[in-house]
Amino acid sequence: MGGYILKRLISAIPVLLGITVIVFLIMAMIPGDPATAILGSYATPENVERLNRQLGLDEPLWKQYFIWLGNLLQGDFGRSFALNRPVLDEILDRFSATLILAGTAFVLCAVLGVAAGVISAARQYGLADKAITFVVILGISVPSFFLGMMMILLFAVQLRWLPASGMYSIWGGGGLVDLIRHLTMPALALAVVATGVVARLSRGAMLEVLRQDFIRTARAKGVHERRVIRGHALRAAMVSIIPVLGIQAGFVLSGAVYIEMVFQWPGVGRMLVDAILKRDILLVQGGVVFVAACYVGFNIVVDVAQAWLDPRIKT
Amino acid sequence: MSLFLRLLFRNKLAGFGAVVLGLIVVLALLTPILPLHPPNETNTANRFLRPLSDGHLLGTDHLGRDLLSRLMWGTRLSLAVGFAAALVAGLLGATIGVIAGYFGGRTDNVTMRGIDMLMAFPYILLALAIVAVLGPGLFNALVAVAVVNIPFFARNIRGVTVGIAHREFIDAARLAGMGNTRILLTEVVPNIVPVVVIAMSTTIGWMILETAGLSFLGLGSQPPQADLGSMLGEARAALITAPHTSIVPGVMILLIVMSVNLLGDGIRDALDPRLRSGALSRPMAATRVKRAEAPAPKGDGLLRIDALETQFHVGPRIYRAVNRVSLQLDPGECLGLIGESGSGKSVTALSVMGLVASPPGVITGGAIRLNGQDLIGAPYELLRSLRGRKVAYIFQDPLSTLHPLYRIGDQLIEAIRVHEPVSHAEAHRRAIKLLEDVRIPNAAQRARAYPHEMSGGMRQRVGIAMALANDPEIIIADEPTTALDVTVQAQILALLDDLRRSRGLAILFITHDFGVVAQLCDRVAVMYGGRIVEAGPTPKVLAAPAHPYTKRLIACVPELGAGRRALAAIPGLPPAVDDLPPGCAFAPRCEKARDSCRAGEIALDGDARQVRCLFPEVTP
Amino acid sequence: MTPALKTTDLTRSFDIGKRLFGPPRARVHAVNPMSFEVPTGETLGIVGESGCGKSTLARMLVGLLPPTSGQIEIEGRALDRADPAAFGRLIQYVFQDPVSSLNPRKTIRQIIEAPLRNLHGMHGPALDARIAELFDAVNLRPEFLSRYPHEFSGGQAQRIGIARALAASPRILILDEPVSALDVSVQAQVLNLLAELKVKLNLTYLFISHDLAVVEAVSDRIAVLYFGSLVESGPAEKVFATPRHPYTKLLADSAPVVGRPLGGAQSGELPDPLNPPLGCAFATRCPRASDLCKRAIPELRVVEGDQFAACHHPLAP
Repeated sequence: MGGYILKRLISAIPVLLGITVIVFLIMAMIPGDPATAILGSYATPENVERLNRQLGLDEPLWKQYFIWLGNLLQGDFGRSFALNRPVLDEILDRFSATLILAGTAFVLCAVLGVAAGVISAARQYGLADKAITFVVILGISVPSFFLGMMMILLFAVQLRWLPASGMYSIWGGGGLVDLIRHLTMPALALAVVATGVVARLSRGAMLEVLRQDFIRTARAKGVHERRVIRGHALRAAMVSIIPVLGIQAGFVLSGAVYIEMVFQWPGVGRMLVDAILKRDILLVQGGVVFVAACYVGFNIVVDVAQAWLDPRIKT
Repeated sequence: MSLFLRLLFRNKLAGFGAVVLGLIVVLALLTPILPLHPPNETNTANRFLRPLSDGHLLGTDHLGRDLLSRLMWGTRLSLAVGFAAALVAGLLGATIGVIAGYFGGRTDNVTMRGIDMLMAFPYILLALAIVAVLGPGLFNALVAVAVVNIPFFARNIRGVTVGIAHREFIDAARLAGMGNTRILLTEVVPNIVPVVVIAMSTTIGWMILETAGLSFLGLGSQPPQADLGSMLGEARAALITAPHTSIVPGVMILLIVMSVNLLGDGIRDALDPRLRSGALSRPMAATRVKRAEAPAPKGDGLLRIDALETQFHVGPRIYRAVNRVSLQLDPGECLGLIGESGSGKSVTALSVMGLVASPPGVITGGAIRLNGQDLIGAPYELLRSLRGRKVAYIFQDPLSTLHPLYRIGDQLIEAIRVHEPVSHAEAHRRAIKLLEDVRIPNAAQRARAYPHEMSGGMRQRVGIAMALANDPEIIIADEPTTALDVTVQAQILALLDDLRRSRGLAILFITHDFGVVAQLCDRVAVMYGGRIVEAGPTPKVLAAPAHPYTKRLIACVPELGAGRRALAAIPGLPPAVDDLPPGCAFAPRCEKARDSCRAGEIALDGDARQVRCLFPEVTP
Repeated sequence: MTPALKTTDLTRSFDIGKRLFGPPRARVHAVNPMSFEVPTGETLGIVGESGCGKSTLARMLVGLLPPTSGQIEIEGRALDRADPAAFGRLIQYVFQDPVSSLNPRKTIRQIIEAPLRNLHGMHGPALDARIAELFDAVNLRPEFLSRYPHEFSGGQAQRIGIARALAASPRILILDEPVSALDVSVQAQVLNLLAELKVKLNLTYLFISHDLAVVEAVSDRIAVLYFGSLVESGPAEKVFATPRHPYTKLLADSAPVVGRPLGGAQSGELPDPLNPPLGCAFATRCPRASDLCKRAIPELRVVEGDQFAACHHPLAP
């Protein structure tokens, strides 16, 4: 197992490098030069040129990339001109908020989705199956941002159960209870779509597995049906569910962007959208690289979980 | 095509989706000629009019623009962008996938590494980065959404293509002198198209959501032009004071995406042949029983099968897989059940413990008595307690019949502990003993192995050990050596023969090989078309077959040591069990058949030696 | 007379654990140097268990897989480049799984047409006439031509596969387990059809199967493969009756035969292909193995008359 983890970690290095290349190339294609963007359109050509030299922009592209990469590795993500603070500081501040939101939603979607899928498959064509299928269809069809807005209308405006926005109350805020109250609606809204997808795939995976010969073997041994479903079948189905969970984590992280907008959640997603609208390139660049790197890390965890579950992978 | 539509509309939800989506599309197409307000005509005096206001059916927005008109124009835009994105992503992704999957090797490796790289981004980061480069705008949002989805298509289609590229008909096309381009276009692509259609129809909804999302963030369509997403985005500021401005576009997105998804699922189901035959149904814990009444018990014996009828109900068709089969198995006896594929021998065997997959299997008649107790219709808990304890099974392919993710030791321990409340340590000890009994070397060490780490012969030994775990009285072996090589087959047969003699087991041995029957079985029963046509002591049946089918079957199988020769073939095909002729099922292929053979039911005559024929080859 | 098919030191190895760049992690030798000849009009039967390399050999012979080294000659012409189109006019292949070898989205006519158009440039009435002739040769009704593969049973589909192979007008047919996917009662029909066609069209067959009795019934000569090597060859009536290689004897004893007690139940398995033995691959299972067997790989050589065996200690008849 240790060997596999190490192998997986090493194989992540080219992926991470690839990510930086892609991000760098995309950003290099942005029309106009950053110096003008920083200094404003009234800057004298001399000033622009001097800043370009300072920023290393007069160097060839590949050299610029290595300068930028070297800085990244030293934790220097540059400075956001719009916020006038180091990009990394801003990202770290914002990322914890996104992590709380997306992490909660991910756990919700994984647990609820797999459970719903298993129940649905075990009771195929039954009432529970039909009900779950209907909810799933609704879930994957509703835009999460619209769902979030409707939740605000109902639970914050009409019923006044939960706060409509933010992460903590402005006064008297802080503490776990306050966080949970603020977290409930956005996390649920974010989880709904992913839950639908996970439930659907889990149902399919379970149905596929339940037709396999080794399920018949388990039954022929006299294993109780409950154990056949929850043990033999679910374990085999997890082999195809876990990669889906890995992909869904990316979708949850993506959906967080909308939810952060709707619920004024102070996360990375909102930061990125603001940065794009303000053309704060370094902040976009740094944010994208940072989040993508975290996602790569998460996928290693997923792969290791998969290898732990399926002994056929490690060979 | 008409079959496709019929299948599609058989699914009511898909039909509903098609109707709703059709309506929306028609309205969107007609929008320019409908009597609507201009969508961008502002009238600040009439801001935030409620729905059903005079002249504004759905009210107005924050600039006093007519919501109905904006909704219709926005729908047009959203639909167009969603479809376009799906089309672009689908076609580009499929092309990449087909090329990578077909050519394999380095092309595949390099392309897929690139795709993996793109998939290492949470997709919205990539979309945001693309919009950051191109600048906000609806077309740019479309490009971003399409590009972001290409990897998903490419991956999916590549997988399918790899499967097809390794099929034998591709080799055949090469040998027919076709080049790569022609093979790709005429052999591979036609088989990929349904998959691409399925993938697109199930992702269009998603694409519409995504473009709406980018617009919602202000990165898609720019004012005053509005798609549904940007309408929602603009309305968000007034969510509390004028909720209808949000609800109207939101509900429209929901409707579109839901109808697209329902229709997409319908298309997938209609195009996926596995779903068409109902094969994706989950088999129940025990075979369904629909029996009028049990036949009266006659005689004794360890296991008595009386007039068993097992059928498969698939749509309107009824396959009579097992048609009034009667068998008897005495303690310590080995009974061979021989027949070709589709003769019903395996279904007979699986019916004993209710293991026929259901749906579509149904036991419709007869009785199966174990020590006098009828098992058909027995409560599940009783059946379960007998499975593995009194009657154990050995199946054909030991790779697919052992659980791939459990160590074989654990699978044995489970088999023991299901029926006996012994400690884990005790069960483990017994499991090792069982592995030694089936002559697996280094049993203690091998117990920690997974099935894929063993050879076929070793795996089948594990299968046998598992069947022996609870000292059953009967073992039902369903073609246990068919998947094995001949030298391994000999080892397994010898092992089974030893075990049965040393433990006094009764074995019901299913096979299609007369040689195996001859070497292992005391008695043999021959099945054809779901019925037993002949039964008796093995040496007698083989030496002097009474039924013409048995005789000709034995004659057409070459036997080792007889040298080069012409074979006596049987003309025609085995019967389809959903359309059995009246009378003898073999009559259409039998040169001795007369009118009386085709007239009606023919009885299985005889006592120890039975034959179902009006003109037997020998008188038993 | 030049033989229809001749191979000289034909080998094939596969790389395991390929990397994007650099050498592979390991190599597996699927076919060790193999030389044999098949005279025109003969049937050479090839038997062996899974992992013996018989499918790899077959795929090389029709040009679907390039050999790692060695030479293939068909009627005296060397075919050193793996090009199925060049091979196709001389040698054709009949597949094991008849249904999977027919494209489900093409009609039978389209399937049969392909080799006629591509290899022989036929079209128009000549094409139609040839198709009718082929269909007649394999005893199929002409109305089947407009149907799709899924409408046929295994036996019929295999006839279609044979018709397609014959359409190329080849000199040699490679029959790769052509009846093992078929029902017992249908097998004989197809085997008899093949025998009939061989005489009528003066074909040469390579018949690959795991079923000893079938091979014995249809072949003139038999070659036995074990672990990628040719271990014994000889006339069909002698190979299993008086085997010279202990492995052939084990095979013959293992085959279930009516009227003979269970036999050949000897333990042992194939060696690990990633870690092949130094000497004879069968030595660990062989009752006659000596130290020599564990050290040196035996060459295929004449034992007596026309019987060859690759064994240091061949069996006496």
